[in-house]
Amino acid sequence: MTMTIQTKPKLAVWKFASCDGCQLTLLDCEDELLDIVGAIDIAYFPEATRREIGGPYDLSLVEGSVTTAHDARRIKEIRAQSGTLVSIGACATAGGIQALKNFADVDEYIAIVYAHPEYIDTLANSTAIADHVEVDLELRGCPISKHQLIEVIDAFLHGRRPNTPNHSVCVECKMRGVRCIMVAGGTPCMGPVTHAGCGAICPAYNRGCFGCFGPSADPNIDSLRDIWQGLGMDDPDLVHALRTFNTYAPEFKEASEKYDG
Amino acid sequence: MTAESSTREINVDYLARVEGEGAMYLKLDGDEIIDLQFAIFEPPRFYEAFLRGRKPSEAPDITSRICGICPIAYQMSSINAMEFAADVEVHPQIRALRRMLYAGEWIESHTLHVYMLHAPDFLGYESAIELAADLPEVVTHALRLKKLGNTVMTLLGGREIHPINMRVGGFYRTPTQSELDTLVEELEWALGMSEETVRLVSGFEFPDFEMPYEFVALHHPDEYAITDGRIISSEGLDIDVSEWTEHFEEIHVEHSNALHCRLRERGTYHVGPMARFTLNHDQLTPRARAIADEVGLAKGERNPFKSIIVRSVEIVLACEEILRLIDEYERPPEPWITVESTDSVGHGASEAPRGILYHRYEIDPGGLIADAKIVPPTSQNQSSIEADLREFVGPRTQMEDEKLKWQLEQAIRNYDPCISCATHFLDLTVERVN
Repeated sequence: MTMTIQTKPKLAVWKFASCDGCQLTLLDCEDELLDIVGAIDIAYFPEATRREIGGPYDLSLVEGSVTTAHDARRIKEIRAQSGTLVSIGACATAGGIQALKNFADVDEYIAIVYAHPEYIDTLANSTAIADHVEVDLELRGCPISKHQLIEVIDAFLHGRRPNTPNHSVCVECKMRGVRCIMVAGGTPCMGPVTHAGCGAICPAYNRGCFGCFGPSADPNIDSLRDIWQGLGMDDPDLVHALRTFNTYAPEFKEASEKYDG
Repeated sequence: MTAESSTREINVDYLARVEGEGAMYLKLDGDEIIDLQFAIFEPPRFYEAFLRGRKPSEAPDITSRICGICPIAYQMSSINAMEFAADVEVHPQIRALRRMLYAGEWIESHTLHVYMLHAPDFLGYESAIELAADLPEVVTHALRLKKLGNTVMTLLGGREIHPINMRVGGFYRTPTQSELDTLVEELEWALGMSEETVRLVSGFEFPDFEMPYEFVALHHPDEYAITDGRIISSEGLDIDVSEWTEHFEEIHVEHSNALHCRLRERGTYHVGPMARFTLNHDQLTPRARAIADEVGLAKGERNPFKSIIVRSVEIVLACEEILRLIDEYERPPEPWITVESTDSVGHGASEAPRGILYHRYEIDPGGLIADAKIVPPTSQNQSSIEADLREFVGPRTQMEDEKLKWQLEQAIRNYDPCISCATHFLDLTVERVN
């Protein structure tokens, strides 16, 4: 019995600038949580436990974006003590919604929110984990999908590649049997350029996709722009749609700069 | 701690079992507290700045990203503000659906805190994971209860974290009666299990400790306020949400990336389940009232360690309310109405699981957000948390360091602080002189 405990791989969950939603996803795996902790030793996960076991860690899940000089150093220390490092969620994979400040003057932003700017320590840009260290896998989403998180942990435990397809939300609509709300319903939708993973929730709720999972592989944003214009959506609308949770994902960033009149 | 030094020092670098990053610093000279600070080092994310220039319809999706634990609270307060600015009122059944969705968030968030973040302190476990090894049935039931909260949020909101279905003016899609009816059987189980939760946690050992809080909560004439209401307090405050700025102020202190919120007239106040329970006691649902009475939880309870009992009573209430609203449901004629305004100001507040969440927006003549102000519950409770810590340490300075450290952490967790929300929070340091 003791042998089994000693050989369980060690999991660490790290937080950078974020809303905590992606790490909460692990605690939201109500049906699987006890099996997960049976198979993997939760060695560091402060949101869930006071217990802290030192590194190295076999699997590190990293949530949040890098926004301070201290955090830029901390992610390097975490990389050094992690076997496999997976960045989870839009903050960790693209800088998150807080990367909207990358388009602005950060001092002006500080002055808007805080009375004493001199108390605030922040970098000019909010950046993805992969901008600082080598990342073994990026799990997209704002928030990540519970099923994909379980898939990643299961794949890690079995030494196989996780199945997290990079096609667009359109494919998920077809799989779910949802009628196209843009072509058939006239509702502007980011689905054609957005990375799969959510299971096409918004179209199933009669809402256009708004891009939580960031750009899909080779997104054709120019073509999306043509369709949107036909629906009365001008460039400022498209720029707003591109500048949300994945605003600094390269494909969304470039297109939003291109069409920002 | 060394023999020569008169300083006694205890360190906790990163407070566990709370949402976000925060710290506490305590310096003691013998029995005297030299310094006590409760700090939020969660990095700032500047929501209020980048909301400027966005459309009012985007505020619910953007602000929900402030917190993955209580996204519905952010969506609801911003929606209230935008509907206030446009002077529109939604259909009563839209309001009922919002109350059901919000009650689902209360069940999920409260169950997470009661069983996974707070109960381990009372039972002497590092986490619910270790607890599961000794008391598997308790943890299994907790997970099932938590899952029900998430099921309600998924049905009505599309997903558990950052739901997508609620919008300014209503919902994208309203559920059918038969979809809601699928929740009933599990809700009835959960109602019984949440009563068992109240019995379980009321049997914990509570430190002898009370604080003279001024409680502040929303109050609604017809129901235990969740989605909206007037702002009232135990000291006689009774104002419309639009009068917020006249009565509350935010102060930026050096040790924290969160702004402390204070009542202009009286300073520190207390929001959250204990405030709601006392101020809205007359509106408890029948089984919530009966179980509170059974375990001796009375109106006016001011021992913050007993907040775990109050949260459990609110889970009972949330289950009862969802069941009632499903029973009374009639699918509204339209899922949403158009809400537009220009050159206006909107105020909105709702009862997040941790307490009042206030939003204020200025809408410019072009219909875009010109200014945004967001006051989360943990910012409001930050002064109250520090006051509790000072008062709690007083008679306990001789307590052994590790035990004192754990009890101070527990005193902070009484508030279920959400640090991600407040940053604009925990590393615990106790330094002793002598």
